[in-house]
Amino acid sequence: MNLAAKDIQHNLGRFALTIVGIGMLLMTVMGMAGIYRGLIEDATLLVERIGAELWVVQRDTRGPFAEVSRVPKALVYRVLSVPGVASAREFVFNTIQREHNGRPLRMAILGLSWPLDKGEWLPLMAGRPLAQNHYEMVADKTLGLRLDERIKLGKETYRIVGITDGMVSTNGEGMAFLSVWDSQAVQFDNSGEAIRLERAARGRRSATDDMFLSQPLLTEQLARPTADLPAVATPELSAVVVRVSSGADPAAVAATISAWPDISVFAKAGEEELLVQGMVDKARRQLGMFRALLTVIAAIIMALILYTLTLDKLHSIALLKLIGAPNRTILLMILQQAIFLGGLGYGVAYLVGQKLFPHFPRRVVVTNEDLLQLAIIVLGISVLSSFLGIWRAMRVQPNEALMG
Amino acid sequence: MRNASLAVRRGEVIALLGPSGSGKSTFLTAVGLINPPTSGQILIGGVLVLDGPSSLVNVRSFRRQHIGFIFQKSNLIPFLSARENVQVALELNGASPRYARRRAAELLEELGVGDRAENRPSMLSGGQQQRVAVARALANDPSVILADEPTAALDSQRGRQVMELFRAVAHEHGAGVIVVTHDHRTLEVFDTIYEMEDGAITKAGNSKEAT
Repeated sequence: MNLAAKDIQHNLGRFALTIVGIGMLLMTVMGMAGIYRGLIEDATLLVERIGAELWVVQRDTRGPFAEVSRVPKALVYRVLSVPGVASAREFVFNTIQREHNGRPLRMAILGLSWPLDKGEWLPLMAGRPLAQNHYEMVADKTLGLRLDERIKLGKETYRIVGITDGMVSTNGEGMAFLSVWDSQAVQFDNSGEAIRLERAARGRRSATDDMFLSQPLLTEQLARPTADLPAVATPELSAVVVRVSSGADPAAVAATISAWPDISVFAKAGEEELLVQGMVDKARRQLGMFRALLTVIAAIIMALILYTLTLDKLHSIALLKLIGAPNRTILLMILQQAIFLGGLGYGVAYLVGQKLFPHFPRRVVVTNEDLLQLAIIVLGISVLSSFLGIWRAMRVQPNEALMG
Repeated sequence: MRNASLAVRRGEVIALLGPSGSGKSTFLTAVGLINPPTSGQILIGGVLVLDGPSSLVNVRSFRRQHIGFIFQKSNLIPFLSARENVQVALELNGASPRYARRRAAELLEELGVGDRAENRPSMLSGGQQQRVAVARALANDPSVILADEPTAALDSQRGRQVMELFRAVAHEHGAGVIVVTHDHRTLEVFDTIYEMEDGAITKAGNSKEAT
């Protein structure tokens, strides 16, 4: 006869509530690991999807995801001239926050290098990639935009032509994909007054600038749009992404490009490592510590519950000892209940987590490895938490059964 | 306790009378191998079990096989049914679950509570609970059954029924029964009556001789 099961049957409601409570706690522990995995996945998602072998970024910066990186447009053509480079594309990336339909909308904008890149590689769940180089946008579903919806960004209005699934930035913001031109228009959108002020400032600066003093005719050009004046324009690209020809050595190509004094080059693995180490590491440690704390709390709560359940059974335990039950029978009863609580709590955590995690604002990725690790931890804390109850049960004397 | 010596044979039912604090329950717990005496010997079934405070056998195992307990309150395990309360005693003694289940049902039937076998103790009357406790005490065919005021919580009619039950099971199962009691109304069922005072057994006789 399984005494543990009989006791559970007798106190079914109490055990059920305890299991739900422990399950919720374990689900939080499970979720912590999932959030961490999600952070890693989000952080490296874009680098993975873009599939570039080399990232050419502003000198001494860590690339467009870690910090501001600005490189000139002409860099694309310089890179293309390097032997072994199969393709070089503009990469524009920035995060904006705008008001849309009365609510703040935060999105990470990625410029697609039209016409080479129309977004065919995007995981579309509805719609299509870009079909023209202006006024079309592919948006991630997390942004809450609908197909064919219009959104005004800067001075232009863009139509949503495609919806992606799971495309979020390292910070968890949903991504929007425009052509490079459109993304730059959004990024460098200035009011008319700001443009007039900048042109006036250029004029004042030119009065003391050697270049304009030695070539006075240049000052006539200062009234033209900034984009037309490479000498005074801010570099507009975040990076240049490079694919290496088959048969070429990416390390050799990277070495050639990185010899230029104005840029730095990262291989795909290096960019991913930068993202994980630089951006996610603190979050990882924080989540790890939180997870450890929750595990300890779960163990303490389980120990207290099992201890209380054992206290309720002291008379029965004394009685069992009186009628000759060996210690191992009592020990097994408590241990089985602990494992039962832990096991079913784990099951509740898994099932509820499967339903709840997809609704979390950030991605929660629960891997089999994490599930197995948590199962082992739960088994460990189940056994550990039963010790207090077992210790108390072992101290019960049979003659306590004779007392009231 | 001092000079507390008595013998009970198989099939014999003896009573231990005495005022509160006279040492009856202490005597019972010593015989039941729960609180060993500081000196003296306890023999059960011809086996020297305790010699002073030292046990010469595995106490818990010996208790399981040779001693049955019945208490003032029925002392059944609340999370087990009547049948399971009897069955657990059998399984703890090594009986297979199937045999234990069948034997427990038989014992409950024999004691008149077969129809309540699947009820938990809280669903049984005091008398029914005491019958289940008797069934559990008999489960492993013990050499001796120790009962501590088993009728204290029962009315006189049910108390008498329980005492007669002891007599019947002592004869049918061949167990010696020692009953600690205050209940003078049921003394005629006992073969021998002992009285205790200040830790000593002072008198022995039959029901007519007992005061």
